[in-house]
Amino acid sequence: MSTSTGSALTGIFREAGHPLLMPYAVGGYPDLASCREIIRTYVKNGAQLVELGIPFSDPLADGPVIQAASQVALRQGVRPADVLDLAGTASQEGAGVVLLSYLNTILAFGGERFFHRCRDRGVLGVVVPDVPVEEAAELQAIARAHGVDVILLAAPTSTDARLARIAGNASGFIYCVSTTGVTGARTSLRTDLAEFVARVRRHTDLPLVVGFGVSTAEQAAEVAGYADGVIIGSALVDLVARSKRFDEALAEIGRLLYRVRSMPSFSR
Amino acid sequence: MTFPQRFGPYGGRYVPETLVSALEELDEAYATYRDDPAFLAELRVLQTDYAGRPTPLFLATRLSERTRCKVYLKREDLAHTGAHKINNTLGQILLAVRMGKKRIIAETGAGQHGVATATVAALFGLECHVYMGEEDIRRQELNVIRMRLLGAEVLPVASGSGTLKDATNEAIRDWVANVETTHYIIGSVVGPAPYPTLVRDFQTVIGQETRQQVMAKEGRLPDGLVACVGAGSNAIGMFHEFLGEPSIRLVGVEAAGLGLDSGKHGASLARGTAGILHGSYSYVLQDEDGQIQEAHSVAAGLDYPSVGPEHSYLKDAGRVEYDSATDEEALAAFQTLSRLEGIIPALESAHAIAYMLRERDGGHGFSADDVVVVNLSGRGDKDVYSVADVLGVRS
Repeated sequence: MSTSTGSALTGIFREAGHPLLMPYAVGGYPDLASCREIIRTYVKNGAQLVELGIPFSDPLADGPVIQAASQVALRQGVRPADVLDLAGTASQEGAGVVLLSYLNTILAFGGERFFHRCRDRGVLGVVVPDVPVEEAAELQAIARAHGVDVILLAAPTSTDARLARIAGNASGFIYCVSTTGVTGARTSLRTDLAEFVARVRRHTDLPLVVGFGVSTAEQAAEVAGYADGVIIGSALVDLVARSKRFDEALAEIGRLLYRVRSMPSFSR
Repeated sequence: MTFPQRFGPYGGRYVPETLVSALEELDEAYATYRDDPAFLAELRVLQTDYAGRPTPLFLATRLSERTRCKVYLKREDLAHTGAHKINNTLGQILLAVRMGKKRIIAETGAGQHGVATATVAALFGLECHVYMGEEDIRRQELNVIRMRLLGAEVLPVASGSGTLKDATNEAIRDWVANVETTHYIIGSVVGPAPYPTLVRDFQTVIGQETRQQVMAKEGRLPDGLVACVGAGSNAIGMFHEFLGEPSIRLVGVEAAGLGLDSGKHGASLARGTAGILHGSYSYVLQDEDGQIQEAHSVAAGLDYPSVGPEHSYLKDAGRVEYDSATDEEALAAFQTLSRLEGIIPALESAHAIAYMLRERDGGHGFSADDVVVVNLSGRGDKDVYSVADVLGVRS
C-alpha cells in the first residue's frame, strides 16, 4: 500500500472527516456568467470541492448530456483560459477546484503554461480522463512542479496489477469510475461497486472518489457509505439543460445538493 | 507491453482507464496468434477462398499513355466486399473469436469498413453494430443497405459533422460501456496501441503481393507506389513492405477537399499539427485551443481530421512524400479511369489516380520508363449516386 504524501487536495478530505460531495459543472455552460452562478450555488449548498470541466470538441469519456453542454459552451466561444479564470473566481470564493481536461487541451495550451496557470488560479488538481497511468508520468512531473495533482482514474476493469500501479503513482485522490461506460445518469449503480472501491482501497490510503453515473441523493448516499467523495455531474448539468428558466435550475440544483447533504452517510 | 507502442513520438494509448485492460488483452492475443501456424493458416484460407486474394496487378495501358509512365493498378477493388478493408476485418475477427468476444462493433466512413466488418461478423455468426455518421449514411446509402442485408445494425451518429470522426467517438464510447463482451474492429491504422500496428500488419498483404507481382511482370522492383491517405490503412499496407527500399518513391495522397487554403479539407499531414485524437498522438486538424476541426472531402473515407501515427512518423522522417488532390481533381480522375480502363474507382482511390494525372506543380515527377503501382483501394459503386449528383448526370 502506498501512503499519500498529503497534497493540499488530499488534506481537504482528511480534515473534513466525512465524505465530500463534489458537484461537476461544464466550464462556461450555459454561459460564463451563469456557470459562475452555478458554482456559487454548489458552494452555498455545502460543496467544499467542485469539479469544473474544460469543454472539448471530442469528449470520449462523456455521455450525451455533457457532450451537448460542451458543444453549447464551445459555440459561445468559451476557451480553456476562460475556464481557468472561472476556476480562479471559484477558488477565491472558497471552493476547492479540480479541473477536468482532455489531454489535447493541455497539449495545445502548453503543459508548462497550463499547470502554471492552474497554480495561479488556485486549482488543486486536474483529472485527465484520456491519460492512463502509463502515459501520465510527463504530465505529473510538470504538474507536481507547480503543486498541482494529476488525478488518476481506476475502473472496474482495471486488474489488480494495474490498480497497484495506479495507486503507486497517484496523488490528490483516486477517481474511481463507477461503471464501464461514459458519464451520464444511470437508474442503478453497478452491484459490485462497493467491492470495486474496496479493491482499490487495498492498494492505497489516498481518498477514493466515485464518479460517472451517480445522479440521485440515494445513490450518492449509498456511495458515501464506502467512498471518501462522490461526484455528481451529468444529473446537475441536465437540470440546467432541462429548465426553462435559469433561476429555476439554480433552485433545483440547491434542492438536490441539500437532499444529498441531509443523507446520514455524508455526516458520519 | 508486447509491441512498440510508438512510431517515433507518435502513437501511444490515450484512452480512458476502462479500456486499457481490453487493449492489454488484445496485445496478448495478437502476440500469441500473430505467428501461430493455425491462426495464419486459417487467415490464409479465408484470404484466398473467401476474399479472393491475391488481388490482380493490372497494367493500365491507356492510363499509362496519359500519365506518360507505366502504371499498374493493385486491384484491391476486386477483393470481396470491394475494398482492401476485408484484409483487416478477417484478421481481427479471428482474434475476436479467439478472445471469446460475442459482439463486434465498428465505425465506418465510406461504409467500406462497415461492410467488411458486417461481412466477417456474419461469417462467424457474431452480433455486429456499426456506427456511421448521418452525413455519411446519406451519401453512402448503398453500403448502408449492404450492412443491413448482412445482418448488422447501423447506428446513425448525429453529433459533430456526422462523419467518420464522430462515428469513431461513438464506437469508442460503446466499447467503454461494453468492453467485457465486445471487440472493437477499428477500420484503419489509427486508435490506441496496438491497433495501428495490428491493422497495418493485416494490410501488409497488399505490399507483399505487389512485390511478387511486379517482380513477376517486370523482373524488378517498382520505382514508385502511390496510395490515397485518409487515416491511411491502404497506404501503409502498400508501403510497409517497401520502406526499406530507399530507391522507391512512396507517395501518399491526402484529400485537399475544396483546397488546402479553404479550411475544408482532410489533409491532416499537410495542414495539421501534432495532437491527440481517438487515443493516439499524431497529426491532427485542430485550432489553437486543441479543439478538433471538421474535415471535408467528397470521399467519405478520407473525411477524417487525423491520420495514423505511423504516417506522421514517416512524414517527419521524410520517407514518404505526402501530397494531396482536391475534390475536383478526384472527381475528374474518377471519370477518367472509368472511361480509359473500364474501372470505376472509389472516390478515395480516385485521389491517388488524380495525383498521377495532374499537370500542376510539375505533375507526378515520374519519368517515361518508370514503373508505378497505384493502389486502387476500392471500387466506386458506392459513390455513383453522389458523383451523379455532383456532375448532374442523373437521369
